[in-house]
Amino acid sequence: MNKISKAIITAAVCAAAFTGVSASAQETKNIVIDGSTTVGPIAKAFAEYYKEINPKVNITISESGSGNGVKSLMNGACDIANMSRFMKDAEFKSCVEKGILPVAHTVAYDGLAIIVNPDNKIGALTIAQIKDIYTGKIKNWKDVGGEDAEIVIVSRDTNSGTYESFNELVLNKEAIAKNAEYVGSNGQARTRVNTTKNAIAYVGLGFADNTVKPVSVNGILPNAKTITKGQYPIARPLFMFTNKYPHMGSDLFNFTTLHLTKEGKEIIKELGYIPVTE
Amino acid sequence: MENTTHRQRAEQLIMDKHHSARKAALTAIGRAILLCITALPTLSVVFILFFIAKEALPFLDNLAYLKEFFTSTEWTPSREHDPHFGALAIFYGTIMVTALSCAIAVPLGVVAAICLSEILPFKVSQIFKPVVELLAAVPSVAYGFFALVVLAPIMQNHGGHLLSAIALVAGLPITFLIAFPLGEIAAVKIFKSAISFKGKMAHFLTVAAACAVPIWISYSVQGVTINSGTNALNASIILAIMALPTIVSISQDALTSVGRDMREGSLSLGATRAETIFKVILPCAKSGIAVAVILGFMRVMGETMVVWMASGNSLKIPEPFYNFLEPVRTLTATIAGEMGEADQSTGSARYHVLFAMSFCLLVSGLLMNAASQWVGSVKKGVKRAK
Repeated sequence: MNKISKAIITAAVCAAAFTGVSASAQETKNIVIDGSTTVGPIAKAFAEYYKEINPKVNITISESGSGNGVKSLMNGACDIANMSRFMKDAEFKSCVEKGILPVAHTVAYDGLAIIVNPDNKIGALTIAQIKDIYTGKIKNWKDVGGEDAEIVIVSRDTNSGTYESFNELVLNKEAIAKNAEYVGSNGQARTRVNTTKNAIAYVGLGFADNTVKPVSVNGILPNAKTITKGQYPIARPLFMFTNKYPHMGSDLFNFTTLHLTKEGKEIIKELGYIPVTE
Repeated sequence: MENTTHRQRAEQLIMDKHHSARKAALTAIGRAILLCITALPTLSVVFILFFIAKEALPFLDNLAYLKEFFTSTEWTPSREHDPHFGALAIFYGTIMVTALSCAIAVPLGVVAAICLSEILPFKVSQIFKPVVELLAAVPSVAYGFFALVVLAPIMQNHGGHLLSAIALVAGLPITFLIAFPLGEIAAVKIFKSAISFKGKMAHFLTVAAACAVPIWISYSVQGVTINSGTNALNASIILAIMALPTIVSISQDALTSVGRDMREGSLSLGATRAETIFKVILPCAKSGIAVAVILGFMRVMGETMVVWMASGNSLKIPEPFYNFLEPVRTLTATIAGEMGEADQSTGSARYHVLFAMSFCLLVSGLLMNAASQWVGSVKKGVKRAK
């Protein structure tokens, strides 16, 4: 056999090997959820509850931030995008361009709690003071009535819907101070405040548990009553976005209407959020 | 009879036309399959390189953006109407964290390798070596979690004590490694001989004086309070622990590969064990150790989870520039953190700038790799008397 025939056979087998690789897709009954770390706990609690009713459905939930959630929905990688903010114009437009029609389901209301370490003397701040702390104008706790210590500012990164809400409602889109630290989730922000004496952070109300101390904003503490009455100034609705309205009776429909049922409202209240209706 | 069996055997060995064609075809098919298998990883690396370069190009092409990228510290890609992509503080963060962790890991790792290969008894080093390599098996997110939940509060509550401990643990090996050969050179220059009593005393005193420096530093930093535990030092300590297995393993292999003849020759000429280690074996193994250091450096530069969780992620160059107790942000953490908001269709510069950062990391990695190949291939030459 001469060299040319050998070369032809080598080339042919290579080509066959590369084109012969194919993956078979498995079809399983799946609901994939991605997005906000604020809405994540609600989705996880709903998933646990729903699995008891309908064990055949497999629900996977990841929490990579509202921004990532809408990106996954756009690319068809998830069925529900959890978001703690509404979609931006550009995101909405990109969804429609890719053939996804986003439909918002308001599952709960949430307040943004401003938390400090339990050992911190401060219990009350005004919105102007919070803004000045975060933009770097107030650098020391003694300027707001506390001890003489440098304030450690903890913020969420730009993936986060919580950050966007804070940006809009408190900062009025001004730039955060350069020495602010950024964390990736509500839970991480809470850990930082819990372990750092001079830290301040903002988290979803459900994360303001007894390991941290929420301060009152303009004299009002965040809880269900003050938020539904509109008294607490930093409050926002939490969304689950789907592609078009889900078929009535489907698993996705049942999941996204759980927040309207009595059991769903109990779950939301237990987690520390506020149900849409009583 | 014998002739026929020999002839039969000979016929089996001769390839006639049919045999030869089939065997040649099978050989060709076998070769082709192996070629496919070998080609796959090579092609995937080439593809990744090409893809990153292609996606980074729209950002790097734009000269205004390019200049801002390397010289400005204003990083505001999320602003809609006037975004800025100044990544100077982020580059500085990467450089600072990498430099600091290598400063901790390299002396510690090289001294550990010397101990494991030269000083400790074989049975003991058989126990220690797998333990050090176990450090490499811990997932990086576990390290990051440890840094956030355990090391950061320790830094905040007992900052001074931690700093003194680090000054001792990291500082003593460095000063010992530097002072030992320098002390010997000084003793020879001043007292003309390193083995006379005066020479030995001088050598010992230099090393003792040098080692007093980290002890003094460790005593004087005890009163320092660290305000925020997620800072460059935190990330650097954890990264140093992650780089240690690489450095120790490869350095130890380099040290043991120096032949017994070198050791025995040196000892037989009257050198002490310490002299043998520092004057004969280390210089011989220096190219292997340099490879180990470069590989540790590459490992540290590309680490994401630890720095994202433990370095504080703030967009400021620390003041003063050597202050490692302030939070910094690295390139890898920026890519991980900004990834969600930077979609291909919604924000073009925001998306491409992340690829520009990956491209910078990739290029530095490739340069380091090439450097390690070049250093590793430098021959251990023996100086000939002219």
